[in-house]
Amino acid sequence: MQYFKKTPVTDHKPNSRLAWVGQGFLLILAIIVIIILAQNLIRSPSLFAQNVIDGLKLGFVYAMIALGYTMVYGIVKLINFAHGDVFMVGAFVSYYAVTRFSLHTWAKQIFPGMPDWLVILIGSLTVILLSMVVCVLLAVTIERVAYKPLRDAPRIAALITAIGVSFFLEFFGALGFVFSPRFIPYKQPFETMSWYINNGIYPITPGSMPPDGSITFSNIFLIIVIASIFVQLLLQFLVRRTKIGIAMRATAFDKPTARLMGINVDQVISFTFAIGAAFAGLGGVLYAIAYPSIHTQMGILPGLKAFVAAVLGGIGSLPGALVGALIMGQAEALTMGYISTPMRDAIAFTILIVVLLVKPTGIFGEPEKEKA
Amino acid sequence: MFLEVENINVYYGAIHALQGISFHVNEGEIVTLIGANGAGKSTTLRTISGLLRSRTGSVKFKGHDITYMPAEQIVRLGISHVPEGRKIFAPLTVRENLLMGAFTRTDPAEIEASMQRVFTSFPRMRERINQLGGTLSGGEQQMLATGRGLMSRPGLILLDEPSMGLSPILVEEIFRIIQEINSQGTSILLVEQNALMALSIASRAYVIETGRIVLEGDAREVAENPQVKNAYLGV
Ligand SMILES: Nc1ncnc2c1ncn2[C@@H]1O[C@H](COP(=O)(O)OP(=O)(O)OP(=O)(O)O)[C@@H](O)[C@H]1O
Ligand SMILES: [Mg+2]
Repeated sequence: MQYFKKTPVTDHKPNSRLAWVGQGFLLILAIIVIIILAQNLIRSPSLFAQNVIDGLKLGFVYAMIALGYTMVYGIVKLINFAHGDVFMVGAFVSYYAVTRFSLHTWAKQIFPGMPDWLVILIGSLTVILLSMVVCVLLAVTIERVAYKPLRDAPRIAALITAIGVSFFLEFFGALGFVFSPRFIPYKQPFETMSWYINNGIYPITPGSMPPDGSITFSNIFLIIVIASIFVQLLLQFLVRRTKIGIAMRATAFDKPTARLMGINVDQVISFTFAIGAAFAGLGGVLYAIAYPSIHTQMGILPGLKAFVAAVLGGIGSLPGALVGALIMGQAEALTMGYISTPMRDAIAFTILIVVLLVKPTGIFGEPEKEKA
Repeated sequence: MFLEVENINVYYGAIHALQGISFHVNEGEIVTLIGANGAGKSTTLRTISGLLRSRTGSVKFKGHDITYMPAEQIVRLGISHVPEGRKIFAPLTVRENLLMGAFTRTDPAEIEASMQRVFTSFPRMRERINQLGGTLSGGEQQMLATGRGLMSRPGLILLDEPSMGLSPILVEEIFRIIQEINSQGTSILLVEQNALMALSIASRAYVIETGRIVLEGDAREVAENPQVKNAYLGV
């Protein structure tokens, strides 16, 4: 299912012998990985399940970010390297909303009688919404100021500009009067709660340890999974069923002809950036809640990994972004669990290299077809 | 004047593709623009629909100066451009392609009615409604492109080589439909390689050569012109 027409990342056609070697190598690699995983699964099923849960948590966050990469690439053929930094801004906005303005408890000020859980629910949603709105405004501005003037320039010009915007956001954000150059402990708008599974599900009370062999998960894990799936479904609906969604696909395929239909191509492109940014903002807040330490360069690695996920799934494909992200999450969590934590980033980029060598169009990607 | 093109000069970089072209289309007419490959016929249509800009002169439609109007607004005034090479949205279904043709319209019931009208002219499109545009045959794509062009309910439709690549039977069919569209009140500016067919249904004709109009007049007269006969009608 291809939503956006796309070009492969490289045009090269590996000659048949090379492709054969590549596939053989990949097959051997896959077999080794499966054997190692199977051994570990047998040795300790609960530890394995724990790694899978951690991987899902990462994967569903990456999925929210990857959508933005894949949609923007689909429509303007630009790898928006500033996307990970928009994610970072989402996290920071929520941090300041909570610490400076106590936005997460605003309902309490106005309706003192309101039950606490409702205050926190409304407050958290407000914080998330604010972050999303700021990210949307930021991304639309970036598009107008930095990318739009380069739309007819060679693609490399826009790509380098995107890298420039990314650096700008990171280092401008690091200025003392903007965000901060340091790591900041993140203040969550709501308490995280955890449970363990061990012959039933029990809450983990502060100070206590779950018994050996239990699998733990938290409310933020559940929220990430639900939010990410919701976002996927919403986007599917938008792209398949709504007029603006169909117009996005038409614009991605052929801009001059889209204009002949009366579609304002500039608006459609802005809209695409806006949706991607909204999801990145949501992802940024949830990521900061799950891994509560923020920094102006916190967007780089999740951004790059989400980008790898989009390439792995087939850039331009929405289901591809989800599948790619889930694979990336698992690869990272299983690496952390069974190899070593510092290897987690290396594995992500190893996957990128293997994909580019073996199938540059990714899992759901199709080779570029000539326009009719 | 319905459509009035006056002294347009259009360039592709250094290439001077249109060199001072002027012509007009009256309401209700079929006017044809004929000429050899590379003469500038498609360029003329692209300039009218706003995809290209003229450096001089003007394009006026129903009293509006549209010379500098963006393409997406020109459609709203009632000009529909069915581009050369069909330009179907390949990853969209037939239905979605038609819906995009009606992008400027809002009333779902009226859009549905227009779609039914397209299906009456092109019954094949009804059978293919959920098929992807890119999987249609060439003839079917031409029908879809024409149908899509009608979905905005244009006052003027610009048709760029609607018979290209079609079998003789389908060519007959498409020309019959063009006349039918015209009889329902849509004016037509028709660009054709198939000059004989085009001249047979048009009321007036312009002959364009390397970016200039070299002959104009009543379609019948143009068809009788010895040079035209020689160059375009293969007689
Ligand atoms: N995108 C472009 N870039 C540069 N030159 C172009 C472009 N499109 C057309 N031209 C040139 O402009 C001139 C007019 O082209 P145009 O497509 O309008 O011709 P045409 O009359 O439609 O021909 P055909 O019958 O082959 O469709 C030609 O010399 C062509 O080479
Ligand atoms: Mg042409």
